[in-house]
Amino acid sequence: MKGLETILGEAMPDVLTTKLDWLINWARKSSLWPATFGLACCAIEMMAVTDARNDLARFGAEVFRASPRQADLMIVAGRVSIKMAPVLRRIYDQMSEPKWVISMGACASAGGVFNNYAIVQGVDKIVPVDVFVPGCPPRPEGLIYAVMKLQEKIERDSVLYERADTPSVF
Amino acid sequence: MVSTKEIVVPTTSVTTLGKRDPLGDQRMTISLGPQHPSTHGVLRVEVELDGEVVVAARPDIGYLHTGMEKTMENQKWQQVVTITCRMDYLNSMGNDLGYVLAVEKLLGVEATPRTQVLRVLLTELNRLSSHLVWWGTHVMDIGAMSPFFYSFDQREKILDLFECVSGARFHQSYFRIGGLMADIPNTFLPLLKEFMAGFLDFLQMGKRLVTGNKIFQTRTKGIGVISGEDALNWGLSGPSLRASGVPWDIRKTEPYTGYEKYDFEVPIERDGDVWARYLVRMREMEESYKIIQQAIDRLPSGPIQSDHPKLKLPERDLMKEHIDVMIHHFLIAAEGFTVPIGEVYFPIESARGELGYYIVSDGKEKPWRVRVKAPSFLNLQVLPKLAEGMLLADLIGIIGSIDIVLGDIDR
Amino acid sequence: MTEELKQAAESNQLAVRGPNQTSHYVDAQALSAQFADFIEEVVEARGEVTVVIKREGLVPIMAFLRDEASLKFNFLSDVAGVDLGEFAEPRFAVAYHLYSLPHNHRLRIKVFLIEDDAWVPTVSEIWKSANWMEREIYDMYGVDFTDHPDLRRILMPADYEGHPLRKDFPTKGY
Repeated sequence: MKGLETILGEAMPDVLTTKLDWLINWARKSSLWPATFGLACCAIEMMAVTDARNDLARFGAEVFRASPRQADLMIVAGRVSIKMAPVLRRIYDQMSEPKWVISMGACASAGGVFNNYAIVQGVDKIVPVDVFVPGCPPRPEGLIYAVMKLQEKIERDSVLYERADTPSVF
Repeated sequence: MVSTKEIVVPTTSVTTLGKRDPLGDQRMTISLGPQHPSTHGVLRVEVELDGEVVVAARPDIGYLHTGMEKTMENQKWQQVVTITCRMDYLNSMGNDLGYVLAVEKLLGVEATPRTQVLRVLLTELNRLSSHLVWWGTHVMDIGAMSPFFYSFDQREKILDLFECVSGARFHQSYFRIGGLMADIPNTFLPLLKEFMAGFLDFLQMGKRLVTGNKIFQTRTKGIGVISGEDALNWGLSGPSLRASGVPWDIRKTEPYTGYEKYDFEVPIERDGDVWARYLVRMREMEESYKIIQQAIDRLPSGPIQSDHPKLKLPERDLMKEHIDVMIHHFLIAAEGFTVPIGEVYFPIESARGELGYYIVSDGKEKPWRVRVKAPSFLNLQVLPKLAEGMLLADLIGIIGSIDIVLGDIDR
Repeated sequence: MTEELKQAAESNQLAVRGPNQTSHYVDAQALSAQFADFIEEVVEARGEVTVVIKREGLVPIMAFLRDEASLKFNFLSDVAGVDLGEFAEPRFAVAYHLYSLPHNHRLRIKVFLIEDDAWVPTVSEIWKSANWMEREIYDMYGVDFTDHPDLRRILMPADYEGHPLRKDFPTKGY
């Protein structure tokens, strides 16, 4: 008893059969383009992630686009002050779908060391966050692990059907 | 070759086709930042443009204001070291050093010889790593992509050294009031010597790649000029001031932690443009290398903690036998020590300029006021004067050359 | 100008300084000779000299300090604000840290202010570096600087209410 894919594979050997979701997610997760949103010390670690030793480019995140229109991943790297918060929201709104947010560092995730009048206590008060990365600053390996986790999350996405665990980002 | 100074912008803009430019002599105000790849942080500059020529550039800061001075008033004296690291995040140990020396001046404590040499060694390593980031990013702003990767490769080696010593790549909080966090491990000096062996070759390569590059020189000579006298009035300090001919380096004029015993020069240039500031910092890297070499050679053995009863935790064996020693240990560890009433201003030479700590103590275990005079704050204030009449692309080079760090400015 | 400075720097002995006493402070005698009625107190502690003056004498004294040949304070290091406590009289202090490159000496000038009358004349005409530093003190403490060219908030958002570094402002804000 042969399955459909085997029959098709034998009958038409030049045709690749897969799920549409799998193909779209594979394309999206392998070419995440981060928007440069380095604010403070975590920005320097983010720059260190792109250098020759910890190469983020091998995960597809080669180009850091300055314009939010051309980016699909916003890595909020650093502390967000109350003066910067509206700017952050505006840049997030200017990004086109599908878009993801990684909150890098303790300050972006929860206010960090600074529990005071000037810092927003967690960037998830302003934008929806997909992956939080702890650390002050997180090691480059930590940020790479976050990108890998985000790739796993994107794999579970669905363009066609709304699934219970992952709302569609379409 | 036409230098930017010779460009004359006509008041009635007539294009080469002979038609009137619809913009005429209107000015265009654009906002550079706060999210921008080349502003070295969240800096916003309101630029008024006449075509491509900058007529006025007004910096707008505060996008990274963290309320650090207020937070420091709520921390114990020893805990403040964790906050000062995060101000000028490229020169963390330099910031810590200024704070620690200021409080030691208030307490009347002098660090041990071994601590002094280690502090000099690590501060100069930090200065090197800060200048490496400056070099990589400044040259990337001007247009060259590859030096960024070379400089960050060297920087990774320095960060390995910091991790070896304190456990953290950045924000080490390694300097403490009275001494250091702990003595250096055995693996530190061999690793440091390995790094030193390869660094001079890297500097040579950097000179061949960038300093000798004709395009780079053309883009940076004559841009953003400021004279020494103007610079002093505007409060410029550090390498940017030394590039305008003023030979002021606090490590030479008001030495601290034993800097007077080291043999190093202070590089000075006369022209005051972006090229001069570039050359000063490149030579400063060589001088820092010399200082580190001398520090390795003269590292004495001995204790790292100074012998002040408020700062030194007593020996554990004594503590387990005598109750008064136990009380002493408990008070230091639980409550923290108190610092006598008074005020002190302590300036040091950070990688960016004069970093001053003005500390007011009210005799309690938390500081009453810690005011940090940040060098980048005053260095940025000069930007409108430097940018007048320059092209927009030159403005980016100028911002890179004054080497600002927004964490320092906004605190 | 630069030759003068270069010679001054080269001839400057890096003399033996006491422990943690690296900066050399000038004594206030030249000031007290001429401005005796403005000087309230001279404090010398830990090798540092602080001259407390009345607000009326601030601008003439600063101009004198910058231009007088034996003092020559051509660099304004820092303008710092201090809140001495919610119920303290006087409440605020503004401390000016001056440095002279030719002579390599420092001085601190302090002005005390009471809460209801917290204003000081600006020194940004004398040293342009005071411009932003005075704006920061205005932003953080609410101290007014008269004749300042551009007195508005610098670190907090423009429509922020309250002065964060005051002692009665909670750390966590409102």
